[in-house]
Amino acid sequence: MSVHTPHPDLPPPSTSVGIIGWARKNLFSSPLNSILTLGALYLVVRFLPPVINWAILDANWAGSTRDACTDGGACWVFVKVRLTQFMFGFYPPDQYWRVILAFGLLGVLIAWLLIEKTPKKSWVAAFTILVYPIIAFVLFYGGLGLPVVETNKWGGLMLTLILATIGMFFALPFGIILALGRRSSMPIPRALSVVFIELWRGVPLITVLFMSSVMLPLFMPEDLRIDKLVRALVGISLFQSAYMAEVIRGGLQALPKGQSEAADALGLSYWQAMFLVILPQALKTVIPGIVNTFIELFKDTTLVLIIGLMDLLSIVQSAFADPKWLGFSVEGYVFAGLVYWIFCFSMSRYSQHLERKLHTGHKR
Amino acid sequence: MTQAMTQPATAEQDLAIEVKGMHKWYGDFHVLKDINLNVKRRERIIICGPSGCGKSTLIRCLNRLEVHQRGEIWIDGIELNDDLKHIEKIRRDIGMVFQQFNLFPHLTVMENCCLAPIWVLKKPRREAEETAMHYLERVKIPDQADKYPGQLSGGQQQRVAIARSLCMNPNIMLFDEPTSALDPEMIKEVLDVMVDLANEGMTMLCVTHEMGFAKTVADRVIFMDSGEIIEENDPESFFSNPQSDRTKLFLSQIL
Repeated sequence: MSVHTPHPDLPPPSTSVGIIGWARKNLFSSPLNSILTLGALYLVVRFLPPVINWAILDANWAGSTRDACTDGGACWVFVKVRLTQFMFGFYPPDQYWRVILAFGLLGVLIAWLLIEKTPKKSWVAAFTILVYPIIAFVLFYGGLGLPVVETNKWGGLMLTLILATIGMFFALPFGIILALGRRSSMPIPRALSVVFIELWRGVPLITVLFMSSVMLPLFMPEDLRIDKLVRALVGISLFQSAYMAEVIRGGLQALPKGQSEAADALGLSYWQAMFLVILPQALKTVIPGIVNTFIELFKDTTLVLIIGLMDLLSIVQSAFADPKWLGFSVEGYVFAGLVYWIFCFSMSRYSQHLERKLHTGHKR
Repeated sequence: MTQAMTQPATAEQDLAIEVKGMHKWYGDFHVLKDINLNVKRRERIIICGPSGCGKSTLIRCLNRLEVHQRGEIWIDGIELNDDLKHIEKIRRDIGMVFQQFNLFPHLTVMENCCLAPIWVLKKPRREAEETAMHYLERVKIPDQADKYPGQLSGGQQQRVAIARSLCMNPNIMLFDEPTSALDPEMIKEVLDVMVDLANEGMTMLCVTHEMGFAKTVADRVIFMDSGEIIEENDPESFFSNPQSDRTKLFLSQIL
């Protein structure tokens, strides 16, 4: 009778680990891959140095007029001189501190909520949702002793961030309600949700913004004037919540029926089952889709340009028309693109982090 | 409990479940036909039959995961109807274990067990956790309390699912093919837990193909086919002396 001796665990072959193993697996795994790797390497060597030269090495940083731009590279002086306008629009310079304070406070609150192991998260969340909007409104607009700054003076990155933040703040919960409505077995909520979603998804955002700024006032009573910014905000929020609803519906549909059955069998009510069992899982599944919609929303705020709101992109563009600074549109666009990219990429990175954090199954 | 909600005058006090002339359709498909079933307290019933015979649908009707269209179902003296209050009461009273475990994958084992006690029974967290630990010890996996379901084996998950149901302190437990999704090595650990539960006097209805389990614990075996109860008997007579041809055929195929 033969006795079974367990085979010992051996280390993997040396060609499959380390730098060589990594390169073989990822860069040169097949002839085609090797050609693509070399091709990509060529493109990097060919184009990266000129870009770096233009943007950094040969660029002009010092000075305050266009005469300072003599080195042939990018003229960042243009952006430097215009920076406060790009950030704050036509907000009165002596009131900039209010904007900085409002965004700084929001940054602290969000960091508090996102960083793990900070105490009293639920209180901070309640404060952020219930109290902070009031503080922010007073700081941005005025009141309580602060001089009023009309919304037509708001602009630049500040306006972009306000549009995006408020849009996201409403689009997510509203999207959840619409998604639940569309999957409801009750005919009226379902019909309302379907009509709402299909209507808003069926029109371009530009149309929505146009109608909110041009057509809506025609139907409104003379004395009832709703601020243009508010109208744009409502338009963006409703538009994006229709997209959000469909993303979330995808997550709800991906969930096995057994989850809601188990929740029912345990005696949880519909809303308990939704908030404790179904939505946490459904939302986790569609984090990529939600963040995708958020990023889209962030960039779609540039469309408010057509109704005369001066967001970051439109204020940069309007600076091109300054006769003192003609011919620096490349620098302006690169700068605006970089700012948008930083915000969108941060959202993307955070979503990846969140996915990893919420992953509860086997890791591979 | 008000008089209106207690059982009809004819029903016996010690009936846990009473099903009278119950029918169910899926669209045009008549899936349950004239089901009559009385389950006494502490009784252990095994329901078997070929797949698609309606046995799972039957027990899912008992806690309203499926809605019956005709006939009456009474659970512990409460009629199961459209009244949400009744459904709520009955669901608290009945624990259910599913073929696919249906643990909540985003919650740890401990959180799975505490969720319903905290939110439905309004128990303080500490107390709920103590109860949960007690039942996790009974199903012999207290050391896994902080893991997520995805990190456990199938048998362990099913035992957690049983513990989760027990945390609601139910009077009746329904098992819907609890071992069918498990590897053979893990079936025994789940059946052991169920045998313990049966020996402690839990009222149990169990849809299963584990005939060995049926022989050891069942007070009564019910055989179903095409939506009807064909035969019911104590396990010994059921297995040694089946009455109908359909039962004989079924037993000859599975034993």
